[in-house]
Amino acid sequence: MMFAVATVAVMVALALAVVRALAGPTVFDRLVAANKIGNGVILLLALFGFLTGRPEFLDIGILYGLLNIIAVFAVLKFLRYGDLARSGGEEPENS
Amino acid sequence: MMSVVVDIVSWVLLLAGGFFLVVGAIGLNRMPDVFSRLQATGVSDTVGAGFLFIGMMVQAGFTLVTVKLAFLLLIFLFTAPVATHAVTRAALSVGVKPKLFDSEGRERQQVVEEVQRSKTDARPEPATKPKVENHAAPRKDGESSSKR
Repeated sequence: MMFAVATVAVMVALALAVVRALAGPTVFDRLVAANKIGNGVILLLALFGFLTGRPEFLDIGILYGLLNIIAVFAVLKFLRYGDLARSGGEEPENS
Repeated sequence: MMSVVVDIVSWVLLLAGGFFLVVGAIGLNRMPDVFSRLQATGVSDTVGAGFLFIGMMVQAGFTLVTVKLAFLLLIFLFTAPVATHAVTRAALSVGVKPKLFDSEGRERQQVVEEVQRSKTDARPEPATKPKVENHAAPRKDGESSSKR
């Protein structure tokens, strides 16, 4: 029962984050919302494992957590440099 | 008796975690600015996830599941502030301006210019003449938008 309540709360938070991801004026709003959606998915995965009595999805949750931060950094680097295959030390050209 | 205590503790922790997550999501929708949205969602997301994971740990007991949950909590505690900081730095360097208001409700621009000036002072090499012109152009835009 308690896991059901927490799952409902996480799903409400996910729905609100999806609203912001669709409506966000700048790309950073969408990125923040995407990061929050990733965090919520990890929590939902763990809670769903407890809800069904088989808490073995936590390994997938750890993997999603690492992928989430890498995805945020990859999108940020692509936004700033327009290219992923560039070392981060150089200044971007003024476009 | 013991299981009742464990249930009550994990009820409280899971409810607190869900509350913080929903509050962060509401702040993500209602705040006026990228930076305040980051503030609202980054902080409360970390706290809510921490409460939820600790609640699940209390329910799981001393098993391997608790160790995995502790690793997940550790990953959250490291990655959420780093991601928030990176998004903030990227938004400032691209040129997204925070909405600032003084005590009378008018928008301010000085703090943004001070931030950008300190950035150019910290790295004196790339501060060449075209960069100064680039900084001067949005400043005029900001003045005209504040007059409106």
